[in-house]
Amino acid sequence: MALTAFWILAALAVGSATGLLLRRNPIHSALFLVAHLASVAGLFLLLRAEFLAAVQVIVYAGAIAVLFVFAIMVLIPGKEETGPDPLRSQRLLAAGATGVLLVLVGLLLRSAVLASPGPGVPVPGGAQAVGRLLFTDYLFPFEVTSVLLLAAMVGVLALTRRDAP
Amino acid sequence: MVPESHYVALSAVLFCMGVVGVLVRRNPLVIFMSIELMLNAANLALVAFGQRHGTSEGQVLVFFVLCVAAAEVAVGLAIIVAIFRLRRRLSVDELTLMRW
Repeated sequence: MALTAFWILAALAVGSATGLLLRRNPIHSALFLVAHLASVAGLFLLLRAEFLAAVQVIVYAGAIAVLFVFAIMVLIPGKEETGPDPLRSQRLLAAGATGVLLVLVGLLLRSAVLASPGPGVPVPGGAQAVGRLLFTDYLFPFEVTSVLLLAAMVGVLALTRRDAP
Repeated sequence: MVPESHYVALSAVLFCMGVVGVLVRRNPLVIFMSIELMLNAANLALVAFGQRHGTSEGQVLVFFVLCVAAAEVAVGLAIIVAIFRLRRRLSVDELTLMRW
């Protein structure tokens, strides 16, 4: 049952990622990104990480996807990738390099510790378990994150100011 | 129960697809989406490894990755908007100002 769900979600994730890469219109890519993020949220649910699945949908599929769509609507790029590619050889190089990477990761997976059976007990993944860790052991990184978000906000305002220096 | 190696293999495939997107596509927005793909693949691997080791700390790490991704997207899109205002075109192949 869980295995079937895993394969369905994995096919959805890979398929939507393929669509993201292949569509020329960035709006279609953004919609495929939303589908991809939703299927990864489903995988999180399957891994018993309920809190992360909810956060994934709210932050990624909600906020970040909206930001992307908004940027696309503002910029209206449409016909950027229609002309001849000035770096055609780069594509072949990219395909080769990625193939090598995939093979290496595959070899690593075959030899990794993953071959031995795990604990078999699901890890608590609710808001309680994650929140307890966040506010005890990881309190300082958590606070640093808030500073990072503040810095990002200030940076965005400075970058998009009309009379930017 | 799905073995964790399945999740790690899937995350490797998704990460490689993100790499392909970054290397092949020329629209900076789509390149950003590909980076999101890679971050998501890493998140999936983190949760799977956390499950494997029997702790919730992988999920805490994913939480931080989410925050960094949000900051990165906000700043990156702001940079793209600023470049678009300057150049009126969007293609990473034309942005060679800082290339030696």
